[in-house]
Amino acid sequence: MNEFEPKIVGFLCNWCAYSGADLAGVSRMKMAPNVRSIRVMCTGRVDPTFILKAFACGADGVLIGGCHPGDCHYAEGNYKALRRSVFLKRMLKEQGIDPQRLRIEWISASEGDKYAKVVDEMTETIRALGPLNQRNKEMINA
Amino acid sequence: MSKPKLALYWAASCGGCEIAVLDIEEKILEVDANFEIVFWPCVMDPKYKDVQAMPDKSIDLCLFNGGIRTSENKKMAELLREKSQVLVAFGSCAHEGCIPGLANLYSKDSLFKRVYKETPTTENSDGVYPQPVTKVPEGELEIPEFQEKLVPLSAVVPVDYTIPGCPPQPHQIWAVLEHIIQGKALPPQGSVLGAGLKTCCDECPRTREEKKIKRFYRPHEIIPNETQCLLDQGIVCCGPATRSGCGGLCVKVGIPCRGCYGAAPESPDQGAKMMAALSSVIDSQDPDEIEQIVNSVADPVGTFYRFSLAGSMLGRNRK
Repeated sequence: MNEFEPKIVGFLCNWCAYSGADLAGVSRMKMAPNVRSIRVMCTGRVDPTFILKAFACGADGVLIGGCHPGDCHYAEGNYKALRRSVFLKRMLKEQGIDPQRLRIEWISASEGDKYAKVVDEMTETIRALGPLNQRNKEMINA
Repeated sequence: MSKPKLALYWAASCGGCEIAVLDIEEKILEVDANFEIVFWPCVMDPKYKDVQAMPDKSIDLCLFNGGIRTSENKKMAELLREKSQVLVAFGSCAHEGCIPGLANLYSKDSLFKRVYKETPTTENSDGVYPQPVTKVPEGELEIPEFQEKLVPLSAVVPVDYTIPGCPPQPHQIWAVLEHIIQGKALPPQGSVLGAGLKTCCDECPRTREEKKIKRFYRPHEIIPNETQCLLDQGIVCCGPATRSGCGGLCVKVGIPCRGCYGAAPESPDQGAKMMAALSSVIDSQDPDEIEQIVNSVADPVGTFYRFSLAGSMLGRNRK
């Protein structure tokens, strides 16, 4: 069977979304296993280069999980991430990549259920879109 | 002792790089005095067979400008790689695709349709498109095949060095040639020559303050203040994401940096850095307002990747 399983890279902030994902895990919530999570100290640390590199290396989708507006541990990193995501979505669209492949969500440390829901939803969205086919070995080593 | 052999070639380019070489002015005589110019289609009349007849690795230095757009470009790149000891991607087209690389946003079919059919000055009611092979009574005629995408030189052959710029600035070209004429050791393979190690902002004489942008302007929509940072004034300037080396030519005369020296050192994707830079200066925390401010940038791909789309992270992989 060759059913397409989306690969999603999740950049999760240490203070909120990563803890939320952790909570979903320790609470034994059922969710799609398609997200490869990368813990970052803040979504403001997620340079657009990281997101493009994830796509270039074969990710079918990228999830950015951060603190709710006003709750950023570093005051306004999540707003920077929000502005970047707006730019990126527009840019992806112009390059022929569906902007739904990039999703930014605010998930607090207590919202394990929201994390599981977002992961499930996004996995289904990407499954419907199909593979991105951007994998390139040269890029992975770069 | 015989002089080292120099070759210059143009692939998919505008010819500006050739002019830039001539812009070193009287020093071109020194180039001639120190090198034997064996191949330079812009100023000499050589044929393919002349290059094919050269022994392998007999050209000491080959400056290759232009991207790889046609089958002929690719063939010449492979031939010159075979014949040259040092192959240099010269100028933005060979480096990252430059303006011709923006055509990668469209398919070959739609480009042909636009160029050979739809442009207002084109009369082509028979729908004639260029064909690689055409039969005429005298036999078959061939023209190079237009490939699906334009790729940088390094995508088809290994490249030893890169000289960025659109075009590379004459003083930088001379600095590189002089270095070689003086017989100094070459830097490690893969180095970028004739450019700086910082960003264009580093060479900009304008005063920078804290940036708070409520809308972005295109150059024709605003008369810039003469001393203040252009980005501070809301003009989209690619200085923060562009390699230094030009001397800040545009910003000194009130024109925002267009990004011609390509991605800044240690940052592989120029457009990603521009998005990061502009996202940091937008003065809003409201999603709707952010969207509105972002939309005031007229053409993000064409602006942030004006010179580097074909060499960008996503562009490099596109089929």
